[in-house]
Amino acid sequence: MKKHLKNYMWVILFVLFSVGSYLIGFKPGLVIYSNFNEFFIEMISFIPFLFIIIGLFDVWVPKEMLEKHVGRESGVKGIFLVILLAMLQAGPLYGAFPVAYVLFKKGASVRNIFIYLGAFSSMKLPMLGIEIGYLGIKFTILRTLISLPLFICIGFIMEKIVGSDFKVEEVKA
Amino acid sequence: MVFSNTFIFGLLTGMSVLISLTLDKDKTVLGLKKGGKMLFNILHPFLNILILISIVLFFIPDPLIVHYLGANSGWYGFGIAAFVGSITLIPGFISYPLAAALLKQGATYAVVAVFMTTMMMVGVVTLPLEIKYFGKKAAIARNTLNLIAAIIIGILMGWLM
Repeated sequence: MKKHLKNYMWVILFVLFSVGSYLIGFKPGLVIYSNFNEFFIEMISFIPFLFIIIGLFDVWVPKEMLEKHVGRESGVKGIFLVILLAMLQAGPLYGAFPVAYVLFKKGASVRNIFIYLGAFSSMKLPMLGIEIGYLGIKFTILRTLISLPLFICIGFIMEKIVGSDFKVEEVKA
Repeated sequence: MVFSNTFIFGLLTGMSVLISLTLDKDKTVLGLKKGGKMLFNILHPFLNILILISIVLFFIPDPLIVHYLGANSGWYGFGIAAFVGSITLIPGFISYPLAAALLKQGATYAVVAVFMTTMMMVGVVTLPLEIKYFGKKAAIARNTLNLIAAIIIGILMGWLM
């Protein structure tokens, strides 16, 4: 309970501030509230749906199975699988580093590890959902189509740069 | 825009739930619970960022955003977007409302694309952590290449949108 209270401290303060502004007719407070109201309606209009879809994806798609098929000899199929695997994840980029370690341990190529990071950072499905909601489908599709060849290239360049002595270290939190 | 989103996402969600239910009821319930939990976890950082944007936008007048990030900002706008995007550590998730707000206030698609892409792919703050995983050479090379990619993405997006 106390933890929730702390998490929502800013929200509670903001509600108090808005109610206060309304009561005393504080103009800037009202403008800020109307900004917030607009953003809030925008958010609540699709984000909850998105999370239902993400939850269902999570239980239906077997990620462990995909991880096994991204090894050094995996070629185009490996690239495809590693991108698919990345698309099914969620969270910030530093959350992808431990997965990169797991992929490395399972024998993924340098190229595929960095393609994974690229796809993770810019093609996660939950994120694409939010991107469509906020910036529109055209923006999202164009950005994805432009990014895809670029980070596949980055994978190949990284392989050239770091070469065969590359390894991923395990970092304990 | 708002209600077309509700319609599209609602329709997709409804269909997914129905298909999932016909295949396996227990898995569906588990999926709904997982989704709900993830939503709850993201809710308070999300609300906080919306509050912050609401306040900041009140203090930054539109003409200022248009001047620095709008159509005539050129390389300057790209530079600001790339710099801020590279050092900030807002999860991609939460940065979208900010991007949408910037667009509404007059920033260009190209600048927003650079901002979003650097935010997602380049991490100066997380660089020390990345070095621990991949070593100095690989971490710095990855971030540099991604920064270049972000600018290419921005230029192409500005041209295509």
